[in-house]
Amino acid sequence: MALIEARGLCLDFPYYHIGARSLKKRLMGKSRLHTDPSNRIVVTALRNLDFRIGKGERVALVGPNGAGKTTLLRTLAGVYEPVAGSLTVLGQIGALIDVAAGMDTESTGRENVRLRGLYRGLTDAECDRLAEEVAAFAGLGDFFDVPIRTYSAGMGVRLSFALATAMQPQVLLMDEWFLAGDAAFMAKAEERLARLVGGADIMVVATHDHGVVRRWCTRAIRLEGGVILADGPVEAVLDGLAAPA
Amino acid sequence: MLDQTAAPLPAYHVDAADPQRLRKAVEDVRLGAQRWRLASTLAWLDIRNRYRGSVLGPFWLTLSTGAMLLGLGLLYSALFKMSLREYLPHLAVSLVIWNAISQMVNDATTSLTASEGIIRQLPLPYTVHALRCVMRNAIIAAHNFPLILVVFLVCGHLPGPEAILAIPGFALIAVNSVAAALFLGMLCARFRDIGPIVGSTMQLAFFLTPILWKPRLLGDWEAWMPFNPFYAILETVRGPLVENGGPPLAWLAAIVYTVLTVTVAAVFFVRFRGRVAFWV
Repeated sequence: MALIEARGLCLDFPYYHIGARSLKKRLMGKSRLHTDPSNRIVVTALRNLDFRIGKGERVALVGPNGAGKTTLLRTLAGVYEPVAGSLTVLGQIGALIDVAAGMDTESTGRENVRLRGLYRGLTDAECDRLAEEVAAFAGLGDFFDVPIRTYSAGMGVRLSFALATAMQPQVLLMDEWFLAGDAAFMAKAEERLARLVGGADIMVVATHDHGVVRRWCTRAIRLEGGVILADGPVEAVLDGLAAPA
Repeated sequence: MLDQTAAPLPAYHVDAADPQRLRKAVEDVRLGAQRWRLASTLAWLDIRNRYRGSVLGPFWLTLSTGAMLLGLGLLYSALFKMSLREYLPHLAVSLVIWNAISQMVNDATTSLTASEGIIRQLPLPYTVHALRCVMRNAIIAAHNFPLILVVFLVCGHLPGPEAILAIPGFALIAVNSVAAALFLGMLCARFRDIGPIVGSTMQLAFFLTPILWKPRLLGDWEAWMPFNPFYAILETVRGPLVENGGPPLAWLAAIVYTVLTVTVAAVFFVRFRGRVAFWV
């Protein structure tokens, strides 16, 4: 049974570039070779989050810029390790956070699909199947075998989208890009996206767009400054957003 | 759509109170080694992209090493009053292996920061990035190896059956490379000043290591040579190929240094693996 459970989840984001990053400061500063917690500039990205997301839930993370939405997504995906608390994710995770990551612009569309397949740990045969499927949906024709550096913006989006959605994870983590693409493209992508979302046991999406939340989600979590301000049914949480307490 | 097997659900669990660092680090290395196909694909892509549009590609390196061999060979054989036939095989093996080691070490400093985009988006074993770096440098180094063969043929130098010992020598270099890629990759992600320090250290090491000169030119000081890790590692390949097998002390030193690098890298990796995503 797919499940996401966070207990007292905390994440501090150290900003090394600003202050204590250099070795010089570490060696010559007052706190010589001594890790002083106050010596580095830390931004508390997530503070004491407790939530449990069960099978069938479609959760929207809402909140202003810098609220910690994407950081939470990345923590759920396993990129960042929490500094306190615990996190359990049961089920195969599929993260659509930045689709362009890991793309090689000098390689052709087909080579990029294969590369992505390797990133996902697929076998050669699975990579070939993935390539066929992506080619069929993206409709790039001959351009599928041309370096993606030469693609138009639209072609790039079609390839990324086809590639990103060619999976069926149990736990789907998305940044809003996917649900808020341009209208003409979304019409075509609609059915495919619905299948992806419908097939997942759990979806968590970070978004600003209330339309997206109302349309796709059953529950909303409102984050602000790394803290959960509201957690509940979509309408209740969004109303809270419209009129902040 | 790709079928997902209905096997028991994969579980991702982290608990800051019980970090299980050792288990996760071992798992990272194991899964990373399993994904070697990804690492090698990325390594080849790196090389293709680096030399895109160039006619000779990585063979430019072969050409420049060859020119360096010829120039340095003529000059230093005269300086050291050695015949070219005696000096050139030594120089060829030393220079080619040194170039490989030095490029590997310098590249190791960016093994993780260069993959920043991927590290922050895809939870991959960090070992994959280290392997990518090692494989990339191994492929580049391999372009220089024919030079050794050419020099041996021209000088009529024929290594005996002990040349087979060069294989464990290469294995030692490979093990050290993986450890360096992980350790320096992490260290330089955290402290951005280490990269330049490593660069100048390697430059100094080039002169302190018997590459241009032969250890016996040191006279009484030769006994101190094993304290130079680069000498020890270099000798495990050069000895078998040029000097009828390296001195046992060099082999012993090389093995000790390898154990040391691997231990340091392992301790550092186990302790700080969870912080890498914040450092890059």
